[in-house]
Amino acid sequence: MADPSYPDDLRYHAEHDWARIDGESATFGITWYAQDALGEVVFFDPPAVGTAVSKDEPYAEVESVKAVSDVISPLSGEIVEVNEALAETPEAINEDPYGGGWLVRVRLSDPAELDDLLDADAYQATLAG
Amino acid sequence: MSVTTETPQQRDRARTVFEKSRSGRRAAVLPALDVPERPLDELIPPTLRRVDPPRLPEISEPEIVRHYNRLSQRNFDLDSGFYPLGSCTMKHNPKLHERVAALPGNARLHPAQMPARAQGALELMWRLQGALAEIAGLPHVSLQPSAGSHGELAGVLLTRAYHRDRGEERTKVLTPDTAHGTNPATVTMAGYQVVKVGTASDGGVDVDDLRAKADESVACLMLTNPNTLGLFDSNIVEIARVVHAVGATLYYDGANLNPMMGVSRPGDMGFDIVHFNLHKSFTQPHGGGGPGSGPIAVSERIEPFLPRPLVVRREGHAIAGSAANGDRVGGSQTPYDLDYDRPKSIGRLRGFQGNYGVFVRSYAYICSLGADGLRDVAESSVLNANYLLARLRRAGVSQYLPLAYDRICMHEFVLSGAPMKRDLKIRTLDLAKRLLDFGFHPPTVYFPLLVEEALLVEPTETETRETLDAFADAIAEILNEAREDPEIARNAPYSTPVRRLDEARAAKQPVTRQPL
Amino acid sequence: MSRYTSATEDDRRAMLEEIGVASIEELFADIPRELLLRGGLDLPQGRPEQEVYEHLRELAERNVSTEREISFLGAGMYDHYVPALIDSILQRSEFLTPYTPYQPEVSQGGLQVMFEYQTAICELTALPVSNASVYEGPSAVGAAAYLAKLANGRTRMLASRGVHPHSRETLQTLSTGYGTTVEDVALRDGATDLDALAAALADDVGAVFLQQPNFLGAVEDVAALAAAAHDHGALVVCACDPLSLGVLAPPGACGVDVAVGEGQTLGNRLDFGGPSFGFFAASEEHLRQMPGRIAGETVDADGRRGFVLTLQTREQHIRRERATSNICTSQALNALAGVIYLAWLGRRGIVELGELLIQRTAYARDALAALPGVSTLHDRPVVREFAIRLGAPVHGVIERCAREGVNPGYALARDDPELADGLLVAITEQRSRADIDRLVDVLGAAVAAERDVVEVRA
Repeated sequence: MADPSYPDDLRYHAEHDWARIDGESATFGITWYAQDALGEVVFFDPPAVGTAVSKDEPYAEVESVKAVSDVISPLSGEIVEVNEALAETPEAINEDPYGGGWLVRVRLSDPAELDDLLDADAYQATLAG
Repeated sequence: MSVTTETPQQRDRARTVFEKSRSGRRAAVLPALDVPERPLDELIPPTLRRVDPPRLPEISEPEIVRHYNRLSQRNFDLDSGFYPLGSCTMKHNPKLHERVAALPGNARLHPAQMPARAQGALELMWRLQGALAEIAGLPHVSLQPSAGSHGELAGVLLTRAYHRDRGEERTKVLTPDTAHGTNPATVTMAGYQVVKVGTASDGGVDVDDLRAKADESVACLMLTNPNTLGLFDSNIVEIARVVHAVGATLYYDGANLNPMMGVSRPGDMGFDIVHFNLHKSFTQPHGGGGPGSGPIAVSERIEPFLPRPLVVRREGHAIAGSAANGDRVGGSQTPYDLDYDRPKSIGRLRGFQGNYGVFVRSYAYICSLGADGLRDVAESSVLNANYLLARLRRAGVSQYLPLAYDRICMHEFVLSGAPMKRDLKIRTLDLAKRLLDFGFHPPTVYFPLLVEEALLVEPTETETRETLDAFADAIAEILNEAREDPEIARNAPYSTPVRRLDEARAAKQPVTRQPL
Repeated sequence: MSRYTSATEDDRRAMLEEIGVASIEELFADIPRELLLRGGLDLPQGRPEQEVYEHLRELAERNVSTEREISFLGAGMYDHYVPALIDSILQRSEFLTPYTPYQPEVSQGGLQVMFEYQTAICELTALPVSNASVYEGPSAVGAAAYLAKLANGRTRMLASRGVHPHSRETLQTLSTGYGTTVEDVALRDGATDLDALAAALADDVGAVFLQQPNFLGAVEDVAALAAAAHDHGALVVCACDPLSLGVLAPPGACGVDVAVGEGQTLGNRLDFGGPSFGFFAASEEHLRQMPGRIAGETVDADGRRGFVLTLQTREQHIRRERATSNICTSQALNALAGVIYLAWLGRRGIVELGELLIQRTAYARDALAALPGVSTLHDRPVVREFAIRLGAPVHGVIERCAREGVNPGYALARDDPELADGLLVAITEQRSRADIDRLVDVLGAAVAAERDVVEVRA
């Protein structure tokens, strides 16, 4: 994916993760910046459905050829679905980080945490430094 | 480059030895059965036997030789060209060493031969232990570990045994953020938690950060000196003081020992445990990724815990205790022995006595060079590195590839390719691949992790000034070329047996064996 | 003094000038003065090549190699014939002198060798995944324990007494770091006692360690032992003699999860114990927990077939403290010898060699056990090594045989005081029937003489 993009409808975590909120649940993924820094993703090691995730804590790993990166959970909750398609086509994380490259869906446990996340402008400001 | 300009090697597509197999062909002819034949079923029940023979290649001797000779021609090697791979010390491998290692008394000596009948081998090991102890400035040596990382594991397990013997259970090991990956990996395998220590602006250990993190829960600090940036840490005496003040041990990663030999000794710097890479400083050929050998030298307080057995020389009396080891011959004729009676030892790390074939080569090297020769190695390696640095500077390279820490370096130095990437639109990887077309092996790339687009260059002492000049000119030419057209480097190499390989594909759908 | 540097005085002067310093000493200015070594190293001065050769030749002369006696020593390393083509290929500088293949475009030879080696090991073991080699046999057993801990997190390890003592001791040493414990499982009649194993197994056992054939030469019923271990969710690690796998059921067909072993018998010389290589193969689910280098197939920018190091995110240089192992240097050159040897032996040769060893070993075992006072230590099936009891002091017997130019084998008391008169005898294809007959004569006489000595003393 050639050009940086940070959709306005997402909420961001400073560790380069995004969340798309849908009522009591959310979809998580990594940002354009994160996938660009990592390079071509070759492997995604998803957590098991039912695993509890905590805000600011790693919940999975993504790998490129020469790097491993922890994926940080932007919010707390429980995994209800993982993106099975990534087992065959992990490159979707590069090609479509906000669409086909989503990682997990989570049932949120603490909606108040939403207030700690950044909007697209605030997140992009963290990248400028 | 189009397909029509393929070189003969490129045209010669890879085929494995299995694909060259033809039913009925063979190489080995075995001795005839010369004892009365008994039915196999009587000797090994059919339920314990293999049903179908393994599908190994069926191929004649001439074809095996040709297959592997042609494969060898698809390798770049040190005997054919400059190989400035940082942190790997790619120095000349003297040919004498192959001859002496192959003597039947070495090559065909069984490792369980009783000590009285392996006196030459044990004496060689004992002498090598002594020489390594002198070079390290520490009194005791075990040759057992098989490689640097194995020596590290021995060293951290020794640290654990030392603390435990004093009734202490410590939990952390400190490693600088510039450390080789083997350091933190070893720490975890030895059951400790890794705590990173930062790097100061001069490239050395951030001593304030070290002071803040050094407490009674710390078992050890692992350090490379000169460090992986090629810089000698001038604060080493203070670092040792801080570490010893909290009762921890100081570990020396010997990957960068080459420029220290005969100049300064880790033991004198305050290190308690040192590992050597005999395949770096002491010329064991690297073999395309091993074998190596990673002996360790330790101070008096660590000695009781060394792996067993140890090679010892027993003076003036019959070999005590060796009867239990299958050896009755005693006395001064056979003073060298293997000592198993070490009650506080951490135990074994591997089978038998270590990589003896490597010891033969390294011992021959030390005999050839002697005290002055080893010092010449250290001096020449530092001279060559600093000269190459100066030549690169004169060739106008520093604008795009500045020195990461602008100081006099030891045997290697780190350049940052960040300005090159920004201004010339080529990455360190592209530069490395283009160097292949110039007939050079590239330096180590993307290590240390601390430096953006890092290029770690270690020319070693055995290279001539002309070679260093040619390498500096090649780098300058590649940068000039990139100024005109960055695509040339980005698509390099062109002349190698294969061109840039798709590593992502290999990782996504791993094919790690041939389906037969 | 020999030297391998090339700078002349003129070179040095010009180089120092280019650097902009007056002397070499200035280059070492970062080293505090008190740390500079005064008076040089206390080592002898260097010597010319011919003198060093003579010194090393003289040392080697004082070793009794397998060329100077008829040797039946084994116990982990064996005097098999190394065909000349291996020496020739291994001495090619293109295999001998490169580093690990970090630049695959100029390392296709070495990488393809690794790929071929992995294929051969997978075929021998009947397991789908092999790495490109580890240090050697016993440390490979230790590496397998780390994989087991990563795989199931359990901390109790059970090791059969049939596993080589060096492997068991290595496992014990490393366990201190892994935070695991190792318990022995007893032998019965020379092979692992299934009842003892079943009694020790529980749901906290991470792995069971076996050896095939075991240290006393006995062929184990690996499938039965593995089934018991799997009932409790433990992994099964088996150290195998690769040369026996032309004849014995492969570990992959016996339920083994991780097969490791000493590769010396595959075309590597004895070298007083190393360097050799260890092999490491596993079932598919452990692909990402494997230690060490793995080569994989891919294509280049023009679509040509090629090979690279792959799955490197497992390794220490990337995953650092969370790596699957700290191993960096492996044993590429020794593994090359291994794959050449397997090609030389070939599909039929490996079966023929296995059968030859079995026949000669059976002949030797029967002949020795028929000697007065001598008996078999167990009657299990064997391939190339077997254990006997001498009924006489073993060290005296060995010493008497050695004087006759025969090394009769390995004294089991070295590792196990309970086997005080035990001798482990190894037969390779280099020991002919005439050699075996000579062993029988010499050992018979030595045993008789030692028994006389014991009687006189009594």
